[in-house]
Amino acid sequence: MARRSFRWRPPASFSAREQGERRPPTALVVALALAGASLITLDHVGGDSSPVAPARAVVGEVVGPLETGASTVVRPFLAIPDFFTTRGSLRSDVEALEAENAELRGQLSASDVDRARLAEYDGLVATAEQQGVSLVPARVVAHGPAQTFSRTVTIDAGSRAGLTADMTVVSSDGLVGRILDVTTSTATVLLVVDADSTVGARVGRSMEVGFLSGRGHLDDPGRLDLELVDRSVVPAEGDVVLTWGSEESGPYRAGIPIGTVKEIFSTPRDTTQRAVIEPFVDFSTLDVVGVIVPDGTASDRTTIEADGGVG
Amino acid sequence: MTATRTAVTAGAVLVAIVLQAALFPHVAWRGVVPNLVLLVVVAGALTRGAQFGVVLGFCAGLALDLAPPAEHLAGRWALALMAVGYVAGMVRREARPTLPTVVVTAAVCSFVGTSVFAILGLVLSDPAVPVSQLLTAVGIGVVWDVLVTPLVLLPLLLLLVRLEPQRRFA
Repeated sequence: MARRSFRWRPPASFSAREQGERRPPTALVVALALAGASLITLDHVGGDSSPVAPARAVVGEVVGPLETGASTVVRPFLAIPDFFTTRGSLRSDVEALEAENAELRGQLSASDVDRARLAEYDGLVATAEQQGVSLVPARVVAHGPAQTFSRTVTIDAGSRAGLTADMTVVSSDGLVGRILDVTTSTATVLLVVDADSTVGARVGRSMEVGFLSGRGHLDDPGRLDLELVDRSVVPAEGDVVLTWGSEESGPYRAGIPIGTVKEIFSTPRDTTQRAVIEPFVDFSTLDVVGVIVPDGTASDRTTIEADGGVG
Repeated sequence: MTATRTAVTAGAVLVAIVLQAALFPHVAWRGVVPNLVLLVVVAGALTRGAQFGVVLGFCAGLALDLAPPAEHLAGRWALALMAVGYVAGMVRREARPTLPTVVVTAAVCSFVGTSVFAILGLVLSDPAVPVSQLLTAVGIGVVWDVLVTPLVLLPLLLLLVRLEPQRRFA
């Protein structure tokens, strides 16, 4: 376009008369601010039985499937940037070769995604066998932005797939988080790296128990802090940390691997030992996850049974 | 005309919420994504003024608070985007917003919106995160929003201005 600069033509209603009416009525601003404040208060005080929960469920029923749809459309394109970074050395090659490559990459990218996903499903089957649990497979379709400072994701399985709140979510690598809310077709998962998340943990070798809390980071220092109950015990670096809890009831099922001990801090001031845990799961690239469900759960999708079979 | 305008604005908010949750996390930098809903509120407020801005901001924020995977206290984005609608609506006083004005408005609004949201979280400790992390997210958020302004805010502005009733006041 030949426009020298973007000039937004204001609507014709820009007139002297409207200038004076532009400031919104104070009553409206105050009313809305109060509405917002009361909403926050209601949700804050309500806790688990918050009156906002039904509203959340209704919005979830509408937006959840849309997110699932959008994610399905976006997914095949995700492999393309990976391809460019891993083949960075090719950039010095001849232009013609690159053009040809780009075309081939386009064709390949879809099959790469499929192959990667197949590997993840295989991993899930292995997890189900090792842990002796039944899993409902699901995919991550939406991530909460870092601006909200909470680490949650939406998965594309909900109450129709047999999921309820407080179920444990795992991936083929280890513990992912737990379910907070379900709608009929989606569920919201609180990741263990969320700053509000606390998981009962047991250090593999010493069997010491403690509590893991997230730091709110998703990627690199996406680490967890472990506080041991017994301050006289020092965990060793490289020790594997597992969940502890009851076998059947939630929120977290016992014996799921979480990560390894990376660093240990103990200051005289602290009453407990503090260790930094590096989780097994890469939370920034979560895709296929499994939700641990009781055996024989009625589900609208194929579940992975404890014996490695599908049912 | 009013119905069309409302429908277009509501549709834009819905599309923004879905894209923000399902598409942009894949290109996010340190988990921060462009706040498309905020840009929709800025566009609405720039075309129709502060009164429309605060109402749109409140409704869009509420939707963002309730849509999965949001789990923070409902009402935080509602208040934050209401402030955004107010600020952007006030900018409209200037007779002819040019490209620089629109970009600066987007940057200021992004800063105000994310800050209000973060401060509310800090006050309510929901969740308790260090201030340094808040500042990083606010900073990256502003950069993102400015970067996507030409792609999102300008087309939306042109669309909304076209839907404005012509010459109601002489």
